[in-house]
Amino acid sequence: MIGARHAWLRQLPFTATVLVLSLFGVAMIYSAGVLEVPSPVTQGLWLRQAAILVASVVGLLLLSRVPLRWFEWFAMPVYIVSVAVLAVTLVAGTGAGTAEGVNSFLSIAGFRFQPSEAAKVTTALALALLLARREEAPRYLRDLLTPAVLVVLPLGLVLLQPDLGTALAFVGMFFAIIYWAGTPWPLILFAASPGLALLLSFSARVWSVYIILLVVALYLYRFRLYLVESVTVILGNVAAGAVAQPLWNSLAQYQRNRLLVFLDPGLDPRNAGWQLIQSKVAVGSGGLMGKGFTAGTQKRLAFLPEQHTDFIFSVVGEELGFVGTSLTLLLFCHLFLRMIRMAETASTPFAGLFIFGMLGVWLTHVFVNVGMTVGVVPITGIPLPFISYGGSFLLTSWTAAAIAVALASEDP
Amino acid sequence: MSRRRHRHKGLANRARIGVVVLLGILAGVLFRAQVLRATDWLLQSERNRLRPLTVPAPRGIIRDRDGRVLADNIPGYSVSIVPDQPDSMVSTLNRLREHLDLSADRFEALARQARGGSVRPLLVTVDARFDAVAALEERRSAFPRLLIEPRPKRRYPAGQLGAHVIGYVGEINETEMDQPGFENAEPGWIVGRSGVESHYETMLRGKAGTRYVEVDAAGRIVGSFGGVQEVAAEPGQDIDLNLDLELMQWIHRVFPEGLNGAVVALDVETGGVLALYSAPAYDPNVFAGVVDPAEWSRLIANPQSPLYHRAVVGTYPPGSPWKLVTAAVALDLGLVTPDEHMPVACRGSYVYGNRAADCWKPEGHGSLDLAGAIQHSCNVYFYQLGLRIGLARMLGVGNRMGFGNQCGIDLPQEASGTFPESVEFWERRFGYEAREGEVLSLAIGQGPNDQTPLKMAQFLLAIARDGSAPAPSLYRDAPAVEGWRLDIRPEHLEAIREGMRRVMQPGGTAHLSSLEHFDLLGKTGTVQHGGDGPDHAWFTGIAGPFGGAPEIVIVAVVEFGDSGSGVAAPLVAKAADFYLRGRHGIARDTIQTLREHLIAGRRADWASRQGPP
Repeated sequence: MIGARHAWLRQLPFTATVLVLSLFGVAMIYSAGVLEVPSPVTQGLWLRQAAILVASVVGLLLLSRVPLRWFEWFAMPVYIVSVAVLAVTLVAGTGAGTAEGVNSFLSIAGFRFQPSEAAKVTTALALALLLARREEAPRYLRDLLTPAVLVVLPLGLVLLQPDLGTALAFVGMFFAIIYWAGTPWPLILFAASPGLALLLSFSARVWSVYIILLVVALYLYRFRLYLVESVTVILGNVAAGAVAQPLWNSLAQYQRNRLLVFLDPGLDPRNAGWQLIQSKVAVGSGGLMGKGFTAGTQKRLAFLPEQHTDFIFSVVGEELGFVGTSLTLLLFCHLFLRMIRMAETASTPFAGLFIFGMLGVWLTHVFVNVGMTVGVVPITGIPLPFISYGGSFLLTSWTAAAIAVALASEDP
Repeated sequence: MSRRRHRHKGLANRARIGVVVLLGILAGVLFRAQVLRATDWLLQSERNRLRPLTVPAPRGIIRDRDGRVLADNIPGYSVSIVPDQPDSMVSTLNRLREHLDLSADRFEALARQARGGSVRPLLVTVDARFDAVAALEERRSAFPRLLIEPRPKRRYPAGQLGAHVIGYVGEINETEMDQPGFENAEPGWIVGRSGVESHYETMLRGKAGTRYVEVDAAGRIVGSFGGVQEVAAEPGQDIDLNLDLELMQWIHRVFPEGLNGAVVALDVETGGVLALYSAPAYDPNVFAGVVDPAEWSRLIANPQSPLYHRAVVGTYPPGSPWKLVTAAVALDLGLVTPDEHMPVACRGSYVYGNRAADCWKPEGHGSLDLAGAIQHSCNVYFYQLGLRIGLARMLGVGNRMGFGNQCGIDLPQEASGTFPESVEFWERRFGYEAREGEVLSLAIGQGPNDQTPLKMAQFLLAIARDGSAPAPSLYRDAPAVEGWRLDIRPEHLEAIREGMRRVMQPGGTAHLSSLEHFDLLGKTGTVQHGGDGPDHAWFTGIAGPFGGAPEIVIVAVVEFGDSGSGVAAPLVAKAADFYLRGRHGIARDTIQTLREHLIAGRRADWASRQGPP
């Protein structure tokens, strides 16, 4: 019998996948630094990433031994601290690297990190704890109110940075957790409806049809909702539709352009459209087998933007072809399926909920990141888990993985 | 707890489906991009990184009839800027001014081109000096987007001898690019600007090739790319001319120093142009690269007009040589026979109506036949011949012979002669109705009549041949273009030639220019012109071996030369002698004409003979 001391071994398929993905990431970051005109910025990054990976592995070995009870004790205090740090970041934060325009970094004693990455893990812990304490699955919208507030706090702070990509990860986390908590799907849909309203508000006609459909749905579901809740849903949707225009206006020009060029990359082929076009060219030109490791021309000649962070998947596509991209997706698929299995077999609801929270985070990251490299999702500054360069993200992802292992291995 | 477990079973399965579907969508999109549409994307990535560069085609080489090079190519350097943001290109241009001679106009034109935006590099100069290129190479890091390439540069070994005929080349300008024949033209193309270079532009040009270089996203060239798409440049076609460079050099040597004028020499058999000389000339090599504006304005401002191709664009009153035309017209119309004497003998003048028209010799020539009239250039004979022809018929045949048109030589510019197209000409030009008496002036080469040396040479070609005159041609393989034909019996043509022969014999106006070894026939002309200064001197000659067919026709005009016999005749005689000696294997000599023999104290008994020895 493998004891708690070797929890990571009990979850070997999961930890091994995480390690393989991370090592692959280091290799791709090395390749991303191989440029025709060497850049001092990207050249030695793979070494830094490798060092952080070593620290992450050690962290996993230590953290995965921590008893579940400790996490339950610390979840709330750590959450509060991380939200506070996020608030501080808003004031004292700086941009860095490829996220130059986003004040997401905090510098302490010469060590720079992104509090928003840690906040994903702490929020997932807090949310899991909150929902695990309920015996019953949420049945009414008001049951979702406290969890929603718990997520909206860090999410709002991250949006103010403004970091749309990370904010999306919080959304993914929230829905994944309330899903696993057993929330009936109509409730999930109603909770998500204001977001949909926001997206559809670009056309008054589409939006009107949507609102009518929503009212019909609420009417059909009327016996399971308080009137106040129905009214709140409608008001939320109307409000979302109403703020769409001011919200659009409040976006920075580059953010607007990113959304516009998603609809038509030719709109601004020199700037915002550039990233999308060049990334699609890179991925597509990789073909079935790719141009060979380190040999991608789009990357080598610097056509590819942010090739070591947000667009690392484009390098995979260009150099390793469809074989490389589909194998990467298979690895992620395996990872996610293992996580579902871990949640399923976990002895406590807390463990399952946390694991689903992280599943929501990572799935959002993978879908949005890979999606934007091929143009099915608008460009959002969001890294690929375990593969993109970025110390904070790698470290916190491994921390989350370690917590997942620790929680999943807890015997009842 | 077990209820929860059970519920989780369903949730987990649906979550699995969700994960697989989401990742499946991504895999599907990737499959479409990387497998189904990979070729399109690959093409686009190649287009991204590869920039086409034009490989200039070497222009065809131009040679004379003996293979001597008149125009060829030597290595030069071009400097261009790889496309970038217009602002940074202009700033690079600005910094280049320090190293390359860029005039303000040139700079403005380039800046305009840079702002226009093109994927091809912006050609700054096609002719950078070697030291400038070396300096730029040293500052490679300061000019990362500079492209310095070897590029053939035109050279004219014959220098100013070929200037007018061969012409010169230059970088295509914006106006030329809009003209037909230049549909695919790109800035930086080198095109013929005048002469043979311009006329045979499409043959000489060749086809530019394309090679590819790899660039990074910043547009820096990081290497060359020897892929399959490379298109080699096709060199232009070489052109062999009828021109005889040695003859041109000889003419230049014997042309009266300090005087302006033109010499045309045609091959009697083919009508090929043996020499086309125009003085003064210029050195076409100054146009081979970027033209120095100071040099250009100096050429333009020069009162001697060195750019002016006198042999084909200069028009002069024909004077006495025109009497040959009058004779030919009368013979063509059958109005006179060579033995016939005109009714009125020359007593120094001829009375027509109420005015007397003078002969140049006040004491008169007496009664003459055709050959005699040509020998003595008797005006009175030709007044009467002119009246016999009549004004209308004179104009009719004159126009048929093309005296109002161009010869059709293979050069881009040729002047038409001035010759009245009909009697209405006087009314239009001078405001009065033409009277029959106008024919008196026309008959002796005066009146409203100006001809190019080339046109007079073409006429003489017909006299030297069988009455037909093809268009003179420079290109040896040019298709023969039929000019016109006179309806004159061979013995009548021979009568005209006999008159010209007698010009060179004792008593003739050009006897001192007769030759020892060759049968030179000629007609002098000393013509007044509107302006001040001495008269223009003409000489039109036909030469060949004694007793054989004529082989060369030479026409010379010396502006302000004063005397046809004294200045133009020896020039033609020496040129003909030089050419024929070479052709017949007789050692060349600088003592050629009778006059030179007499001055040098050489034996000259050959000069007294009255015909072939």
